[in-house]
Amino acid sequence: MATDYNGYITAERIEGDEEGALAGRTVAVKDNISTDGVRTTCGSAMLDDYVPPYDATVVERLKAAGATIPGKTNMDEFGMGTTTETSAFGPVENPAAPGHVPGGSSGGSAAVVAAGDADAALGTDTGGSVRCPAAFCGVVGIKPTYGLVSRYGLVAYANSLEQIGPIAPTVEGAAELLEVIAGPDDRDATTRDAREAGASDGDGEDGNGPGDGDSSGGGAYDYATAADGDVAGLEIGIPTELVDGAEPAVEETFWDAIADLEAQGASTHEVDLESLRYAVEAYYVIAMSEASSNLARFDGVRYGQSGGYDGNWNETFARSREEGFGEEVKSRVLLGTYALSAGYHDKYYKQAQDARAWIKREFDEALDDADVLASPTMPVTPMEMGESLSDPMKMYLADANTTPVNLANLPAISVPAGETDDGLPVGLQLVGPAFGEKAIIRAGSALA
Amino acid sequence: MSDGDRDADGETGDGGETAAADDTAAAVDPEEVRHVADLARIDLDDDEVERFTDRFAEVLGYFETLEEVPEVESEPSLTNVMRPDEVHESLSQEESLRNASETEDGYFKGPKVS
Repeated sequence: MATDYNGYITAERIEGDEEGALAGRTVAVKDNISTDGVRTTCGSAMLDDYVPPYDATVVERLKAAGATIPGKTNMDEFGMGTTTETSAFGPVENPAAPGHVPGGSSGGSAAVVAAGDADAALGTDTGGSVRCPAAFCGVVGIKPTYGLVSRYGLVAYANSLEQIGPIAPTVEGAAELLEVIAGPDDRDATTRDAREAGASDGDGEDGNGPGDGDSSGGGAYDYATAADGDVAGLEIGIPTELVDGAEPAVEETFWDAIADLEAQGASTHEVDLESLRYAVEAYYVIAMSEASSNLARFDGVRYGQSGGYDGNWNETFARSREEGFGEEVKSRVLLGTYALSAGYHDKYYKQAQDARAWIKREFDEALDDADVLASPTMPVTPMEMGESLSDPMKMYLADANTTPVNLANLPAISVPAGETDDGLPVGLQLVGPAFGEKAIIRAGSALA
Repeated sequence: MSDGDRDADGETGDGGETAAADDTAAAVDPEEVRHVADLARIDLDDDEVERFTDRFAEVLGYFETLEEVPEVESEPSLTNVMRPDEVHESLSQEESLRNASETEDGYFKGPKVS
């Protein structure tokens, strides 16, 4: 079923099993997650007719849980964008704010949920790509702890940063979906078992084990029951760096939501995290560097657009990549190649890794004195369509609040905080300790 | 790429505005963009070279702020874990070749190495 806001690239139904936790529900899947026999384009002309011969682990788990996949959702090309305007299949319009972008890069996933065309969706979050569109479309999105969810079958953009995460209208709905997709996977060596990785705050009894594991560690994966809205005694740290840069209308909505949490029994304090000022730069250096390596595989030989030219093979590859990649992808691959090239590695990549370690340390320290950290998800309201494409720096800087979380490998949730006076959705981000998904789900469920 | 003194004007603070772009504009020339594009195996037409030269100056100027980041000691987050090789089920040859534009005798067929 096509949508008038261009939410799907391929609207082909994939039926799941008859029974399971998600039986009777539809879960749309971002088009960079492999689906056996259904084309998977990554929003790129390069993979216009690529049909994966296997399912991603998360897709296997969705089907085993009884979900129906209504289609593959539109996205920024290879996940590179904050507005879902760089897709080779055209931009997505925000169903919750017509004329505005849905956020990105999982803009199609958030849009189909916001429009009610799917019960939930999977997105991927490399620097905010689940949380940003969730915030802009007025729905809930979770970026899991690095290693909680298998990336097997996800077409890689920046492996050290990205996670697959759920988008749903409510925190409980997102938590239910997270329960289905979380858990270790032999085919992704970076996955960890939350029961062994120190998941805390477990008060659930019935061991709802992950994927294929046994259920001996109790309720480490019982995310849905954590959505009980109980924030009495919750201590919330608020990093001033992530609030001061926000638009006034965003800041106002954010503080109203914090007041709501306080009224329900939470307490707050402000923290200074100086390292966060360098997050966007560090994120883009690392993400572009990893992208330059990951996207080297698209040469038109094994898959992808082929020039079919004769002559020197390097020239042949260069022509098929010229034709298959869009402007933003070329730009990031080239900048990443530059940052890693001889003479520049120390200047950019090493400094970015230092910033990453610093951010991780400051987050860990802040989470010693707080259960969760809160900020606006995005410092801006949804841009008007076409507004930011010509100004990439503006687009990059909009990622100021989401990128630090990926650099620190931590979990975060975006929940609707309210709307501005102009009726534009604003998201509130809650960041938790590693494998502390329950803490952010519990806190977020007090608002949505 | 070989000249060594391109970090001379360490623009700090919030770079990325026009001032930063102007300061660093001299640091990126079209030839450098062509060289990187060659390394990355992406052909660029002349318009793209021009656009990416401006873009490089703007973005790299912004990245300069990373020079302020102090050296941070961190424990390595990755360690090598060894295990014996085991044979598992995998894709068939036919499935593996399904998306290739050209194949021959069960192999991928690439452009000629002239």
